[in-house]
Amino acid sequence: MIAEAGLAALWLAACLSLLQLLLGAAALRPEGQGLLPSIRPIAVAQGVLAAIAFLALIWLFLRTDLSVRLVAANSHSEKPWLYKFAGAWGNHEGSMLLWVTVLAVAGAAVALLERRLPQRTLIATLAAQAAIGLGFYAFLLFASNPFERGPIPPSGDGAGLNPLLQDPGLAFHPPTLYFGYVGISIAFSFAVGALVTRDVGPAFARAMRPWVLGAWIFLTLGITAGSYWAYYELGWGGWWFWDPVENASLMPWLAATALLHSVTVLATRDGLRAWTIMLAVVAFSMSMIGTFLARSGILTSVHAFAVDPKRGAFILALLFLYIGGAMALYALRVGTVKEGSKFDFVSREGALVVNNLLITVILGLVFVGTIYPLITEAMGTRISVGPPYFNAVNGPIALILVAIMGAGPLLRWRRDDLAKLGGRIAIPALLCAAVLLALVLLEPGMGWLPLFGLTVAIGIGLASLAPLWGRNLRRTPLFTWGMVIAHLGIAVALAGMASESAFTKETLVAARPGQGMRVGPFAVRFDNVEPVAGPNWTAVQANLVAWRGEDGARLPLHPQQRLFPSAPGSPTSEAAIVTRWDGQLYVALGNPDGQGRWQLRLWWKPFVTLIWLGGAMVAFGGFLSLIGRLRRERRTRGEPAEALA
Amino acid sequence: MKPKNQRLVLILLALAAVGGAVLLAMSALRSQAAFFYSPADVVRHGRPPADRAVRIGGMVRQGSINRHGDGVTIDFLVGDETPNTIRVRYRGITPDLFRENSGVFAEGRFQADGLFVASEILAKHDENYMPPVAAGNEHKSGSLE
Repeated sequence: MIAEAGLAALWLAACLSLLQLLLGAAALRPEGQGLLPSIRPIAVAQGVLAAIAFLALIWLFLRTDLSVRLVAANSHSEKPWLYKFAGAWGNHEGSMLLWVTVLAVAGAAVALLERRLPQRTLIATLAAQAAIGLGFYAFLLFASNPFERGPIPPSGDGAGLNPLLQDPGLAFHPPTLYFGYVGISIAFSFAVGALVTRDVGPAFARAMRPWVLGAWIFLTLGITAGSYWAYYELGWGGWWFWDPVENASLMPWLAATALLHSVTVLATRDGLRAWTIMLAVVAFSMSMIGTFLARSGILTSVHAFAVDPKRGAFILALLFLYIGGAMALYALRVGTVKEGSKFDFVSREGALVVNNLLITVILGLVFVGTIYPLITEAMGTRISVGPPYFNAVNGPIALILVAIMGAGPLLRWRRDDLAKLGGRIAIPALLCAAVLLALVLLEPGMGWLPLFGLTVAIGIGLASLAPLWGRNLRRTPLFTWGMVIAHLGIAVALAGMASESAFTKETLVAARPGQGMRVGPFAVRFDNVEPVAGPNWTAVQANLVAWRGEDGARLPLHPQQRLFPSAPGSPTSEAAIVTRWDGQLYVALGNPDGQGRWQLRLWWKPFVTLIWLGGAMVAFGGFLSLIGRLRRERRTRGEPAEALA
Repeated sequence: MKPKNQRLVLILLALAAVGGAVLLAMSALRSQAAFFYSPADVVRHGRPPADRAVRIGGMVRQGSINRHGDGVTIDFLVGDETPNTIRVRYRGITPDLFRENSGVFAEGRFQADGLFVASEILAKHDENYMPPVAAGNEHKSGSLE
């Protein structure tokens, strides 16, 4: 009954989105004025119905209703409730339903909350939003129905969740990324709305900015969480693999980062109009491509739940339809976007243009590296493009970008003087030089990328605080704080990446119980191996103790090999991680060698935690900016452009 | 500078940046991309030079896994649907799903004597997943349509 109700709600929501699109299009014609007031309620109802469908699916998973094919294939009655709950989107159909639900609910939020846009632009925005939703409703209903009934499995229980996914990360990582993707689609709908009604300007930018900022915060969080999840779950000790699916989330983030900066120029200085719209189109295209790469099964990874060519073809068709449509609309209407106001090259705007160009280049490089293997494979040559390519091409550009990030906020809007800028960045520049010298002398043989990475990170970390100098900190606007913290977060994350890649110590041994070993500054003793049992798994657990210096604290470590009865024959490795203030000790348990020895892989990773701390700081900075912008907007509602920090 | 000219300069800059990115990407791809070899490919096209990182893939041959005395190095044979095999050596912890008669990808370099020294063995994430080599032509027709 619940399954049928969910399906019905989904169908209704799909019909409403069609209605929303048709009525919205009709309302924009001169004779359709009377229809304008009907659009908002439809958008709200559509959001409510989609949410009902999604809740129905969660309910089915919580109750482990095995008559539903999806539940039987992906759940198990003995799973802890958190994984039953999160397992609702730990599969292809459920994750698409989550996607479309977030989209519809966000559309409802736009309809309810957005009061700044002219009504016609808002209606065009909602119609665009409905057009995006419609394709995904069709995809769900015709190619991936999550509510389909099936025979009750003969085993009397479900097949269980992929053990790698049984982790709290599942409850957090996919929804945050989807919030991000969908937020971008809303920013894109705003851009479409503004193009359709020829309304591109600062007011439109101020309406769009919170959505871009919100989407970007979620993407940042989702990527950071995904990176940490992969780091501790996959047991390889790496935090970023340049896996195509990781790139699929990185590309929308890059585009959103560029968009975030250009929309600020548009909102405050009325510059970069056409460029901002272009970035909205690109960011949306990237989030579509991200969905396509992760969901079509074209890539084999933990994210590809099902390899079904029909679905891949469906998503590919949607992809071409949406991206093609967006580009065509842009090409048709960009001529109507008026010139923005001009600025000098040496100015805050100029620095932001350089930021945008460099981010675009990085985006292009990641895109080519991600897509190229797919294209060559279609032509019969199989290649793989991995870290050597991505690090070599992106590293230098990213370092230049971060360096400019340190200088940009110290420039004035419209026009500034290079000599004065030199004075403002003198101290960070000197710090950079000192760090570089010290590293070259003290750590000879460091790779050039970590070397310059650490140099730039420390110097720019200081420079990113500079906008606060000489200010009354209590009266500094919240969004300035946000920018400073986000920029500092980038420097912090960069320092973590450089330190991890330059200073990691690794030990690989086959050890007998009782044996001692060393990794970096730590002495480690391997005590024994014992069986342990969890709620729905059993494990072999190694017990180790690590300490640094003779009287250092004894740190227990318990890496495991877990076995899930629902997935026999595929053990998963649970690494043991001990976090100290200056890094992490990471131990993965391997296989027994048949002669009483166990394989152990140990890493000491100095300051690796800074990577995710930095990511969290970036997201927190974005959050402060968002709050700051919304508060200021509430205060100055109805007044024209604000002065900027 | 007039706003119109400024816009033109911005567009040209953007095009130059993207063009530069594509050129950089293409040249880096030529030197950094790892080509994929199945055991049959090695016979058909010859072994790639030793300085070039490549990726191999196939099935781990039954009974071919041979552990060294240090407990962390293994040798094994990777085969495909042809009788050809590649000898692989790997030092490290093999992925959870690495076993005989199971699909495997390895990244590394060929030595002069034909031994493939793997720097990394890639886990296949899902027990339902078949490497394209093993799945044969099904994969080719299914992937990009």
